[in-house]
Amino acid sequence: DTWISTQKKIHSQLSLPVYPLQENRQFGSKMTDSKYFTTTKKGEIFELKAELNSDKKEKKKEAVKKVIASMTVGKDVSALFPDVVNCMQTDNLELKKLVYLYLMNYAKSQPDMAIMAVNTFVKDCEDPNPLIRALAVRTMGCIRVDKITEYLCEPLRKCLKDEDPYVRKTAAVCVAKLHDINAQLVEDQGFLDTLKDLISDSNPMVVANAVAALSEIAESHPNSNLLDLNPQTINKLLTALNECTEWGQIFILDCLANYTPRDDRESQSICERVTPRLSHANSAVVLSAVKVLMKFMEMLPKDLDYYGTLLKKLAPPLVTLLSAEPELQYVALRNINLIVQRRPEILKHEMKVFFVKYNDPIYVKLEKLDIMIRLASQANIAQVLAELKEYATEVDVDFVRKAVRAIGRCAIKVEQSAERCVSTLLDLIQTKVNYVVQEAIVVIKDIFRKYPNKYESVIATLCENLDSLDEPEARAAMIWIVGEYAERIDNADELLESFLEGFHDESTQVQLQLLTAIVKLFLKKPTETQELVQQVLSLATQDSDNPDLRDRGYIYWRLLSTDPVAAKEVVLAEKPLISEETDLIEPTLLEELICHIGTLASVYHKPPSAFVEGSRGVQHKRLPGSAGSGESVESPDPGAAATETPPAVIPSQGDLLGDLLNLDLTPTTTTGPPPPTTSGMQMGAMDLLSGGLDSLVGLLHQGPPSLSASPSTTTLGGDIGGNPAMGAAFGAAPATMPASFNAPGSGGLDDLFDLGGGVGMPMGALNPPKAVWLPAMKAKGLEISGVFVRRAGVIQMEMTLTNKAMSVMTDFAIQFNRNSFGLAPAGPLQILTPLSPNQSIEPLNNLQVAVKNNIDVFYFSCQYPISMLFVEDGKMERQVFLATWKDIPNDNESQFQIKDCHLNSDAASNKLQSSNIFTIAKRTVEGQDMLYQSMKLTNGIWVLAELRVQAGNPNYTVSSVALAVRSLLCCVLLLTSCISVYFEDQHFVLIHNQSCLNSPTFILGRWKYLMVIQVYRKH
Amino acid sequence: MIGGLFIYNHKGEVLISRVYRDDIGRNAVDAFRVNVIHARQQVRSPVTNIARTSFFHVKRSNIWLAAVTKQNVNAAMVFEFLYKMCDVMTAYFGKISEENIKNNFVLIYELLDEILDFGYPQNSETGALKTFITQQGIKGQTKEEQSQITSQVTGQIGWRREGIKYRRNELFLDVLESVNLLMSPQGQVLSAHVSGRVVMKSYLSGMPECKFGMNDKIVIDKQGKGGASDDAGKSGKQSIAIDDCTFHQCVRLSKFDSERSISFIPPDGEYELMRYRTTKDIILPFRVIPLVREVGRTKLEVKVVIKSNFKPSLLAQKIEVRIPTPLNTSGVQVICMKGKAKYKASENAIVWKIKRMAGMKESQISAEIELLPTNDKKKWARPPISMNFEVPFSPSVSKGPHLEGLGFKFNVGAHKTPL
Repeated sequence: DTWISTQKKIHSQLSLPVYPLQENRQFGSKMTDSKYFTTTKKGEIFELKAELNSDKKEKKKEAVKKVIASMTVGKDVSALFPDVVNCMQTDNLELKKLVYLYLMNYAKSQPDMAIMAVNTFVKDCEDPNPLIRALAVRTMGCIRVDKITEYLCEPLRKCLKDEDPYVRKTAAVCVAKLHDINAQLVEDQGFLDTLKDLISDSNPMVVANAVAALSEIAESHPNSNLLDLNPQTINKLLTALNECTEWGQIFILDCLANYTPRDDRESQSICERVTPRLSHANSAVVLSAVKVLMKFMEMLPKDLDYYGTLLKKLAPPLVTLLSAEPELQYVALRNINLIVQRRPEILKHEMKVFFVKYNDPIYVKLEKLDIMIRLASQANIAQVLAELKEYATEVDVDFVRKAVRAIGRCAIKVEQSAERCVSTLLDLIQTKVNYVVQEAIVVIKDIFRKYPNKYESVIATLCENLDSLDEPEARAAMIWIVGEYAERIDNADELLESFLEGFHDESTQVQLQLLTAIVKLFLKKPTETQELVQQVLSLATQDSDNPDLRDRGYIYWRLLSTDPVAAKEVVLAEKPLISEETDLIEPTLLEELICHIGTLASVYHKPPSAFVEGSRGVQHKRLPGSAGSGESVESPDPGAAATETPPAVIPSQGDLLGDLLNLDLTPTTTTGPPPPTTSGMQMGAMDLLSGGLDSLVGLLHQGPPSLSASPSTTTLGGDIGGNPAMGAAFGAAPATMPASFNAPGSGGLDDLFDLGGGVGMPMGALNPPKAVWLPAMKAKGLEISGVFVRRAGVIQMEMTLTNKAMSVMTDFAIQFNRNSFGLAPAGPLQILTPLSPNQSIEPLNNLQVAVKNNIDVFYFSCQYPISMLFVEDGKMERQVFLATWKDIPNDNESQFQIKDCHLNSDAASNKLQSSNIFTIAKRTVEGQDMLYQSMKLTNGIWVLAELRVQAGNPNYTVSSVALAVRSLLCCVLLLTSCISVYFEDQHFVLIHNQSCLNSPTFILGRWKYLMVIQVYRKH
Repeated sequence: MIGGLFIYNHKGEVLISRVYRDDIGRNAVDAFRVNVIHARQQVRSPVTNIARTSFFHVKRSNIWLAAVTKQNVNAAMVFEFLYKMCDVMTAYFGKISEENIKNNFVLIYELLDEILDFGYPQNSETGALKTFITQQGIKGQTKEEQSQITSQVTGQIGWRREGIKYRRNELFLDVLESVNLLMSPQGQVLSAHVSGRVVMKSYLSGMPECKFGMNDKIVIDKQGKGGASDDAGKSGKQSIAIDDCTFHQCVRLSKFDSERSISFIPPDGEYELMRYRTTKDIILPFRVIPLVREVGRTKLEVKVVIKSNFKPSLLAQKIEVRIPTPLNTSGVQVICMKGKAKYKASENAIVWKIKRMAGMKESQISAEIELLPTNDKKKWARPPISMNFEVPFSPSVSKGPHLEGLGFKFNVGAHKTPL
């Protein structure tokens, strides 16, 4: 046999003294294995079938290898299923593993045949060889076929208690696998308890895998308290930590990070036992240890010696991470970026290690640059600037741009260095390298905004480069400068006029800026520029299709034509200075990210909910509160963050006008699950995907495509499609900028709406978070979340459409099914097949919606809060109220209680009024306040209510009656009462008590009562 | 956790694809190929998010390894795992190349089945793996052998098997240092640090308990700046301050933390015991002084002087200086006083080799580089000159399982200066 002889020969050539047995067969089989990748002839499947059924063992094995090779390159070899499974019963372990691999891939598509394999699995689980037992249980867990999982339970139970640790550690992971397939089964079979027992196992690797499995299962049951971490279990974990593999240490540390110590002493003792991990060669162990320490440090009193020691101990390992492989350096740098924002003191002396090295990959260079700016201070600014100047002459364009921008940020951050920064920037402008010049102009504009009236002498130099600017941002920046300092630039009108020639070819950013700049110029030099301003106003309002531009144009026009003095006050108002720190992460997000050190969330700088589907990762992690000495540790709102006075975050790019338009690019974390913002370079691909959606919807936002359709009723028409744009336009005049705008973490889109609505809408009306209406899984990748709000008298349905599929979605259309209040979208729509009629048990405020795109039509239903339907003219005359109240038969009355409301009657009345529930009269009887209220629904039905408030008793009683004024026309009659009450602590409860009539033929008197209580936490 | 692992060749063809989680579909394989391997612009991050799926990749020569996930995994762990996977493959079949991977795909699948379970990395020490992933089957083993394997794979000392015997117990220790120096164009040293690696080759019998002592000269500055090193400075001793060090997983970290002693049971064969980093009092063993003059557009004159800056009694060996040349170099003429120099077009560099050089000496090379005229406006990035050499020293390491003393200053290093 020649094959064996070659093998022997090769073996004798190789000298591997330690493991003579594993004589590299791979060398021996050189001429055999790679050929499997090349066979592509027709009739292959047929041939393989024959080979698989061959009597010769070798031939069988070769055939299975060919099958696996085909499977790897993506060919469909599922037709061979029975033939491959037939090879399973073999004593050749290599062959067995190959067959298992095949099974794992195709069992799901051939569930009936997969059952054939069960017997072998069950038999293998009893094998005397622990390796085979483990292999069987490991593979069985990977076969996602319901019928098989039933058979898996018994073998798994045995394996969890196997005498061999290798089998136990494999079985522990298998529980997680089974839970992923059938969670209920795992619970019913009591596997979770067995898994918990394994935390006390004598073998550290079994402990580590059990911890990993439990952590994963616990993630999908946020409130189960599955891990049940207490000082005893923590102690066990810490002991296992010293003994298990590097990977096991990571599992344990990641689990430890979820624990909240009872007091600072416990926190310190855990820290002491975790710090040795900082010297581990595995960077992931180090980062996970850093996470635990960063988190538990929050609980240590700052005056404690140990606190200082710990801070000092953290720096060296973080620096050492920078000598790791570049990919790890990248992960480390993204994390260091978070750590320096949270605790700048740790690395404040280590600036030099972040200097860019020649051979760093570009992604490392860019991250280092970011951290350099974060660490820049008066003490090291000279060094930093010298470095940045070098970087600005490098080859990579992105890096150079970022370096130039960094110089500007230094100027804004360290006031003493501003002058040097400006002169450095001027030097760079002299290089005439196009992108350097443009970038420099953009940052100089920011410097002007930080230090007004200081560096205007450089404007002349900037103007020299006017012609070379071809990027919108640079052009807009230059135009802003010209407009802002128009009185000092003699030929400002000429300069601006030159831009005006190609007005329609400019990007929106430039057009808006040009419009504003010319208006500023006109207000400053009215005599010479009248013609110019008229020209730009007509360009903006008559010849443009862009609603933003049009609206801004109209506003200026009206302002100028009605009251030039007011216009001056508005347009030339003093602007707030931009803040020092430009792109700080919003504090609550930062806290959450610190809890995720080392993970993807910390790499993306986004909460897990932004990129993880389903229930996993939706829990928001928080840092524990700083305990001091005995304060309540478990308080949900940690004081630590608040006391450290985080600088307000104002985006500095662009002036405020620009900000307003760009706002939705900044990540939002305020309400509910934040929409996945798609900025940032890692998300580039996603951006592309959503781009298609975006353009179709026809909105200007670059962020998550958001569609604002406005369903309106017969009584309240009106299109609200232009509302976001209106919001922008109102904000355009700096004077109307509300103060809340500076608040950290203001949600982009919401703010925009708030601004727009601020004119006609009472503040404080309910503003619930968006809920997911249509999960992506049900709609081929289209996720729809939304909320109903009532603003300025119009019902709006705000939806966020997210494309989670891999392809572009187009041709969107929306349609509502017939519903109780006749809601219909105001925007254009397409007729679709009607949905099945309302079912009687559904609440009346259930809305069935169909959304269509190029892929399919998707149906979903959502409930709108009934309070949306209350119209503004719902205040009934007193006399009418009295008369009506008496007229209504008792049958129509219903009563219920609102529990735990600590408002007094006046406050409650005010709150209710903001939701269009009006108080008509109030009287006090025996210490009880009686509020008589009225509200009117969009279809003309009046609802009257009596609210009894007893001083000192937090429970209210409401009795309400409804009256059908237009019952002749309405085929549906209803009695609804709805009261929304705000609690003092900003939580609010919305209570409906509604009865519904399921068919038009029914008459008054047959009611079904349904109580829906929704509790929202107001963020 | 890791949802799947793919290996591609440079063309983007899949060589290995192993899916661990149900949320990863076959389309993920193509998504990575289209968006990363075939991307029009080079991808600028090792982590890519495509339609809510995250891809981690590393490249070895022209082979791509990609780990895929849809969850919030520990990113550092995924990369560490990918490197480990490379190490394991190298230990089994040598260089990671398309041919080797294709030839060993069955073995790779077997390994992937073993070291990653449901996306959770398991014991991946080659020492342990080689005892039972042999491509030979494990039927013939006795029960004792089997349980020995499993106890090793899951045991506290997963990196070493029992019953190793050598006739001669030997232990080799290499200290590899690289000096990273950043100099301004004016010749001012901006930052310098030495990162060192202690690499051991141990051929010892049984389960030897090793202890690695550091001599008094070494101060580990774990407490940040100042502190301990100041004290050592005051006591008048010439100290070597180490900023930080990390250890192989065989070292008992808690013991190091409390007693400052490095105790461990070593893996068999070659491994990296520790890494350290130091920034203080770095004495550069060599100075490299480059002079570059552009003569017209098609010619460069380069002169490089190296000066040895250590005790005359020491001898540096196998010195290799690598001087990068522009991409459009058409020809090079070299004159050197000592050693041999050659232009290597494939590496875009002049390689100058000197057999040995004593301390406090100097040597120089001059070269004329002819350039082809190009239209390429992109300027030459002027990569740094690099230098490698060895300084052998008689180790103060005694045979047997007890080690004492580590008197390392500079041994083998690389010296970099910007041109």
